[in-house]
Amino acid sequence: MNNSLGTALVGLGAFLSLLGAAFAQDAAFSTHAWVIFIVLAIATVVMLRNTKFSAAGNAPVDTSGYMDGVIRYGTVITLFWGIVGFLVGVVIASQLAWPELNIEPWFNFGRMRPLHTSAVIFAFGGNALLATSFYVVQRTTRARLFGGGLAWFVFWGYQLFIVMAATGYLLGITEGREYAEPEWYVDLWLTVVWVAYLIVFMGTIFKRKEPHIYVANWFYLAFIVTIAMLHIVNNLSMPVSLLGAKSYSAFSGVQDALTQWWYGHNAVGFFLTAGFLGMMYYFVPKQAGRPVYSYRLSIIHFWALIFLYIWAGPHHLHYTALPDWAQTLGMVFSIMLWMPSWGGMINGLMTLSGAWDKLRTDPILRMLVISVAFYGMSTFEGPMMSIKAVNSLSHYTDWTIGHVHSGALGWVGMISFGAIYYLTPKLWNRQRLYSLRLVNWHFWLATLGIVVYAAVMWVSGIMQGLMWREYDAQGYLVYSFAESIAAMHPYYVLRMFGGLLYLAGALVMAFNIYKTIRGDVRSEVPMGAEAEALAPAE
Amino acid sequence: MADKNEIDEVSGVETTGHEWDGIKELNNPLPRWWLWTFYATIVWALAYTVFYPAWPGITGATAGILGWSSRGELAQEMTDLKASQAVYLEKLAATDVTEVSADPELLQFATAGGASTFKVYCEQCHGSGAQGGPGYPNLNDDAWIWGGTIEDIYTTLMHGVRYEQDPDTRISDMPAFGRDELLERPDINDVAWYVRKLSGQEFDEEAANRGETVFADNCSACHGEQGEGMAELGAPNLSDAIWLYGGTHADIVAQVTSPRQGVMPAWSGRLGETTVKQLAVYVHGLGGGQ
Repeated sequence: MNNSLGTALVGLGAFLSLLGAAFAQDAAFSTHAWVIFIVLAIATVVMLRNTKFSAAGNAPVDTSGYMDGVIRYGTVITLFWGIVGFLVGVVIASQLAWPELNIEPWFNFGRMRPLHTSAVIFAFGGNALLATSFYVVQRTTRARLFGGGLAWFVFWGYQLFIVMAATGYLLGITEGREYAEPEWYVDLWLTVVWVAYLIVFMGTIFKRKEPHIYVANWFYLAFIVTIAMLHIVNNLSMPVSLLGAKSYSAFSGVQDALTQWWYGHNAVGFFLTAGFLGMMYYFVPKQAGRPVYSYRLSIIHFWALIFLYIWAGPHHLHYTALPDWAQTLGMVFSIMLWMPSWGGMINGLMTLSGAWDKLRTDPILRMLVISVAFYGMSTFEGPMMSIKAVNSLSHYTDWTIGHVHSGALGWVGMISFGAIYYLTPKLWNRQRLYSLRLVNWHFWLATLGIVVYAAVMWVSGIMQGLMWREYDAQGYLVYSFAESIAAMHPYYVLRMFGGLLYLAGALVMAFNIYKTIRGDVRSEVPMGAEAEALAPAE
Repeated sequence: MADKNEIDEVSGVETTGHEWDGIKELNNPLPRWWLWTFYATIVWALAYTVFYPAWPGITGATAGILGWSSRGELAQEMTDLKASQAVYLEKLAATDVTEVSADPELLQFATAGGASTFKVYCEQCHGSGAQGGPGYPNLNDDAWIWGGTIEDIYTTLMHGVRYEQDPDTRISDMPAFGRDELLERPDINDVAWYVRKLSGQEFDEEAANRGETVFADNCSACHGEQGEGMAELGAPNLSDAIWLYGGTHADIVAQVTSPRQGVMPAWSGRLGETTVKQLAVYVHGLGGGQ
């Protein structure tokens, strides 16, 4: 796609959204169409100012080298959305602790919560996956990204999706499907973007100059293909009007619930696990400078993970209207998933054999390793919580929230931070990061934040579960629901504090990355050097 | 592959011969403990599906040899619970609400059940400590609009207050002296000062003196000569300085002008007589019961 065609299409999109705003059937759709119009109109102007109307080809296109511009954008935007997502997380944690902070109607908990989950999963995690997959697939295939400007379309199209999703939540436009709240028109747009992403990624693999496909690319590909399938099926719905915001799901009742959790659980499995395992398989061996521990393990655990994960969704619906047989299968598939998940952890950690000493001096590697450790912990906790006896205590409590965050903050967050720290000097041709000591600060702030968060949620979740099911000697419930909420207040405050530490770490990172991109290098004592200085003389 | 692949110097393990962007792979076997744990989970999973409902077919799913179902488990737990409470519940059903306190075991059972019910149905309005709030009476004190004997409390719970769906509901209907122009504004102003005088709060002497006549003519029929109230009519005591809608001069003026009249649901249909008895015992025992 050349620049003038792109500009024309974006301009046309702006015009169409203006029409959408004018002929909208409801106020929400109209407001949303205005949002798209403003975004696209600005984009059109920006693109027009850059368009050269003279004959194309003035600037020779570099077809031999890698396409890294889009990855540079992706790296910066990942960090930006990450901070937005963590900040909104701290805000909603505070809203739970102090309900007065709910500001009606746009900033109440009900609208801010999907803003937080989507911002961290899709905006932060999604952009991290986009950027790293584009980087990794080029390096491990020795091929430039397929499709020319298509990668840029994927990038900007995905940002438009995020903006539409986020503004929709605050306006109260929602399908009410967890982790898939955007309405039908935003879903359709994401489908277009996602297919383009698949084409770019597959095309690059097709034109690879390596005989084999590296394991990281299997995981990335599994992530892209499966998310496409999950997204389409889960969002099958009928709009009330083609110019209206509301739509109704194709499924109803327990079928709808199962579809949602089939999607929801596999969003965890294929977005937050498979995708980030792809990241792990490239950045851990690169940063450690060691070969991957076991090729055979990578094959077996890849296929086992892909096959088993997709059946585990019903464990989110234990003790509900879902038939018992489906609950049983959801549970036993989750148990069988334990070892395939741990295969990734083993391959990640054992890749360090022969390089463990580097943990002392390399905080980036430390970050990658702790993320794999958190991955191992939450993929043990998950199967355990899927056991019905455990689930009857843990379900609907904060324990689940703690579990999700040890995975999200620990695994997804830390591996992404590690990847960005690795990528930044390479993408901007810097000798090294501005400061490794700041990376160390980030490491400790984030780790402490996660530990506080997860531990507090375990205590509060188990307490909650026990309070809900406590009967007295006469067979009467001891606590009311409101009493269990009152009891959680101190834990909610502590949880907010844990989140604040994590956010602080991300801000330290933003500063470090900013200075690195500018080309500054902090003069500092290298990591581990003071320990050597303190060593006794021979 | 005819040639031997490269050997990794650090670990002494052969590589697979592949290399991507400098990343090589060792040809390590699957860790044994990993493989055997994986097998064990598969065996356990298959065994579990033999015991519990699991494999779907065309018309249904395998039921599992234990014959377990989640609905069955719930039904069993409910039956067991009901059976364990049956003795007391039957006894309670046969006992008049005034007689419950005579049997210590029954009293304990009824209080526990009442406390639990209170948390689910009553806290929302009357507060988690039954302390009440503006518009909702405190149930711990000695002030009872409709009477504080256990029978009174029981009747109030059974039929509610101003709850139209129940024909036997308690109704008191204080006239809207201001809105319906039964009294002039200065009279209302005066009578409000007099009510403050009755309850021993600061008042305007002159206005209260004028208000005394107004009170005698318009209010004392229900609220009593000295504002002591009348539980039979649901007319609150005005001399105890306990206020449902506030005790400032402005609050009293507002209430006389256009009274707010709260509604409490009748619980007989929703909870049943026995549970209402438990609630009555619990509320009566909170400290203010007469």
